[in-house]
Amino acid sequence: MDLAMQARPMEAPIEAHNHNRWSPYVDNGGTTLAIAGADYVLVASDTRQSDGYLINSRYSPKAFVLSNNAVLGTSGCSADSKRLYEVLEQRAQLYQHRHDRQISTPALAQLLSNTMYSRRMLPYYVFPVLAGIDAKGAGAAYSYDAVGNMQRVTGVCFGSASALIQPFLDNQVRFKNQRDADPNRLLTREEAFKIAVDAFTSATERDIYTGDYLEIFIVDAAGAHKEMRELKHD
Amino acid sequence: MNRIVEQLTENDAGELKLCKELEFELAQVDSPLTFGQQFTDVKSEKDAMIKVAHGTTTLAFKFREGVLVATDSRATMGNVISSQSVKKVIEINDRLLGTMAGGAADCSFWGRVLGMECRLYELRNKKKISVAAASKILANIVYRYKGSGLSMGMMVAGWDDKPGLYYVDSDARRLENDLFSVGSGSTFAYGVLDAHYKYDMSLDEAKDLARRAIFHATHRDAFSGGVVRMYWVHQDGWEAYPLEDVNDLYYQFHPEIALTNAQDSPLNLASA
Repeated sequence: MDLAMQARPMEAPIEAHNHNRWSPYVDNGGTTLAIAGADYVLVASDTRQSDGYLINSRYSPKAFVLSNNAVLGTSGCSADSKRLYEVLEQRAQLYQHRHDRQISTPALAQLLSNTMYSRRMLPYYVFPVLAGIDAKGAGAAYSYDAVGNMQRVTGVCFGSASALIQPFLDNQVRFKNQRDADPNRLLTREEAFKIAVDAFTSATERDIYTGDYLEIFIVDAAGAHKEMRELKHD
Repeated sequence: MNRIVEQLTENDAGELKLCKELEFELAQVDSPLTFGQQFTDVKSEKDAMIKVAHGTTTLAFKFREGVLVATDSRATMGNVISSQSVKKVIEINDRLLGTMAGGAADCSFWGRVLGMECRLYELRNKKKISVAAASKILANIVYRYKGSGLSMGMMVAGWDDKPGLYYVDSDARRLENDLFSVGSGSTFAYGVLDAHYKYDMSLDEAKDLARRAIFHATHRDAFSGGVVRMYWVHQDGWEAYPLEDVNDLYYQFHPEIALTNAQDSPLNLASA
């Protein structure tokens, strides 16, 4: 087990405020979901980045492809998300240099958990999902809380519209509360893709922080490829 | 607070160290441990930005044939149910189990570290670790982080030459007893357990008691739910039982209540 944490890179001291005026965290909104299938896994996220009622950017991607073709989907503070991606990518590459093989998805999932926990005392304000192909060739999606609690899932959504989308995924991906459905059936790519697009078009109607563009990454044995869809810009 | 930081960072200012391999990144402020805590909602008490998965009912008791361990499976972040299928039993090795309540990441991370320490103990001493020693390793680890905002209430159950059961929490309190329940639903579970617990029970009686205790806790505690997960620890190790959905148990324990949307229910709207 590799617990090696790198030395803290921060050099400029951050001022301490005793009266709770300043926070190191910003919630930049946005939504990310992941759906795992038999031989593929899908990560979809919108590209809007906001700060309160101000839209900072209409195209600020928050899903990142790592060097082993796994995809890291994020939500929360976009600065922390980008930093988390950089640290994870560095550590994934370090793994490759040390072992002369690409890191597996389950190992990367545990590495992400440990990376998040190494900031237990000052957490990354990120709720990540990690998607890749496991040793048996099956789609694997992992969801995390901000301090690295990890769970393998088949359908998960994080971010500002998660309360709108997660119940939809529970019903349409995991077949919860569907009396005659087989709860173990996995969606085909086409089904998963349509559900992801529908989830985001609907969430864009009701969530002010979700919109602009939808990026969908589909990961399979051949690698990761990206599809784009336009969402409403208002 | 600062005393702990100083004690832990004597060599390398600003870095909190458990061992050579593990370092925590800290904020460059006067009291880095309290600084992070104001944004982190560990005990569901604060309206902090960073919500941590938690909320639980876990229980374990010794009985004639070993130790029975049972948990629910719900995780909550704020008042949102973040998962109904959490595994709150940590399989430390083939004869030791841990249960998790409180911060899920804290429990699973330090449970993993404990697993590593137990394996190292076995390699160094060429014998299996006792439950007492394993739980003490955990208590010693969390004592070094006392006051830094960790939130965990764990039980360590196992069998060395006899059944062992310890409670260890993030205040580094460590207790031994025949019966424990931990988590937000523990008061309800204790009500059932204290009414019916006796040491001289068969395995089936013990499973029934554990199942009912978890069920009643999930029924009254909003932060508990999902499925009942049960383990039996005996002298050859532990074994896990199939998951039981508490919603199914509800109708099993209350056969007089029919499912309102069942085919033969008088309330079935489809037949009306």
